Amino acid sequence: MNYKVNFTNEKEKRAMKDVFGATVAKMGEDPKFVYLDADLMSSIGTKKWADAHPTQAYNVGVSEANLAGMAAGLASSGLKPLAHTFGPFASRRCYDQVYLSIGYTKNDVIMIGSDAGVTAAYNGGTHMPFEDMALYRAIPHATVIDVTDSAMLENVLPKLLDMKGLKYVRLGRKEVLGVYEAGADFEVGKAALVKDGSDVAIIACGIMVAEALKAAAVLEAEGIKALVLDMFTVKPIDAEAVIAAAKKTGAIVTAENHNVIGGLGSAVADVLVKNTPVPMEMVGVQDEFGQVGPQDFLQNFYGLTSEVIVEKVKAVIARK
Amino acid sequence: MDNLTATAFKIRQDILDTVVNCKAGHIGGDFSVTDILTTLYFQQMRIDPLQPKDPNRDRLILSKGHSVEALYAVLANRGFFPLEDLKLVSAYGSKYIGHPTTKVNGIEANSGSLGHGLSVGVGMALAGQMDQAPYRVYIVMGDGELAEGSVWEGAMAASHYQLDNLCAVIDRNGLQISGPTEDVMGHENLEARWTAFGWHVIKAAGNSTEAMNTAFELAKTIKGQPTVIIAETIKGYGVSFMENAAPWHHKVPNAEEYHLATAELAAKRGAAL
Repeated sequence: MNYKVNFTNEKEKRAMKDVFGATVAKMGEDPKFVYLDADLMSSIGTKKWADAHPTQAYNVGVSEANLAGMAAGLASSGLKPLAHTFGPFASRRCYDQVYLSIGYTKNDVIMIGSDAGVTAAYNGGTHMPFEDMALYRAIPHATVIDVTDSAMLENVLPKLLDMKGLKYVRLGRKEVLGVYEAGADFEVGKAALVKDGSDVAIIACGIMVAEALKAAAVLEAEGIKALVLDMFTVKPIDAEAVIAAAKKTGAIVTAENHNVIGGLGSAVADVLVKNTPVPMEMVGVQDEFGQVGPQDFLQNFYGLTSEVIVEKVKAVIARK
Repeated sequence: MDNLTATAFKIRQDILDTVVNCKAGHIGGDFSVTDILTTLYFQQMRIDPLQPKDPNRDRLILSKGHSVEALYAVLANRGFFPLEDLKLVSAYGSKYIGHPTTKVNGIEANSGSLGHGLSVGVGMALAGQMDQAPYRVYIVMGDGELAEGSVWEGAMAASHYQLDNLCAVIDRNGLQISGPTEDVMGHENLEARWTAFGWHVIKAAGNSTEAMNTAFELAKTIKGQPTVIIAETIKGYGVSFMENAAPWHHKVPNAEEYHLATAELAAKRGAAL
């Protein structure tokens, strides 16, 4: 791992979908790479490359079970498939196929679920996955990643191509608040320390890493030193990092753009109760369905903001 | 080696022994699909038990995974693993579990949750097309399985990608666990359904190794579209009291039934020689 944090609370210039499209194009240089999509190539920035590479890119239409099954068959024939659709369809809609034909059969496949959580915004509840990480976490040996920003996406996605087994990656499509400098290098399965601190540890993933950094700045001004850990690999979780953070700070707050049931909060709690029980609070969707609205409205509605993290930090410190 | 028909009756005896030994299984569907699998593994498919991962091998997915005893018996007789291993089917801790698993030599996909095989086969056939590999992909489905919507997603994809290296076989025995398929969820105009999905359709007598062999030969000549063979079979074929009887979907024969079935299979094998 070799990364520099450069958080300025500004949106990146490139949309995540454009970064995704460019990364897929690069991965396509591997002749064994094959890209599948359930008719959402134009939504995720891959259409241009796909059109130019008809023998490596397949739009299978609106058939997610078929998408997952085909990916399994391609993988078992020695190819390296990556399959994309929106998060709810990449998880709920083809779960049995992903579970059995990819996971249980040990096929090496990357599944991509875009529009993570509230980033689905105007698409509303049907398209807003708050459960995709929970579903994928329940598949034995699956790797589950919630991408933080473009630097991470560019670095991590190609690494998954030669990793064994089922990998699930969730990401937003629009511009996100950048956290890392370009050229950052990450290790799948290892948390990235983005800010050191001693009073509390905020463990976050995806778009909530930026919220955690905003919260940490507010807390710093009030004399509370928060450690911020980017747990982008939600499974397998970096238990060592969780335990170390708990021992160092004595209080944990998790922050995720997902239901607190089955997501990052649950994964961190699993580690804590077995190893280092310390007071803990969870920022995330509190067992609700999605709904429509701009992303900032939804973040406020579900409490996925730096303000809520600050509140929870104070609450958890009071419980120490 | 025995002729295909005699081999199929020998394999039925191994299936019977396996089901009685492990006190579980799906003997009715095993017996209806035995001639299909025997024809494929002993005549049609380009396979070598000593090189089970040869990239150019033909592939078969038993999508109706509950007929696994038939697949195990065929693979054992074809040399993919010792015949004695059939005694381990469904034994605790055994790799020979009650539905196909890739842990077993010669098995290409885990199946058993119905409706998965065709799309996985589409992926395999597409890979073959991309690599210009010479192999063919066979997907064996049950007729009850056709109620799964995912079958039709795969059917659309196979014809869309013009996968003429893909051949599906429907074990059309007309019975599923709770009764006749036409009572449970009908498949009227089955041939027309597949034709409408862009497939070349062949109807064949599914318990005749000769008829199946002819159908598979014909399927190889069809270009630009996948072929489905609607194999008209009899559930429980080979043992008269099991034939066309829905309870034999997963019933285990008692001692008397076992002896009757053994005698009948031996007689039919003898007649075929």
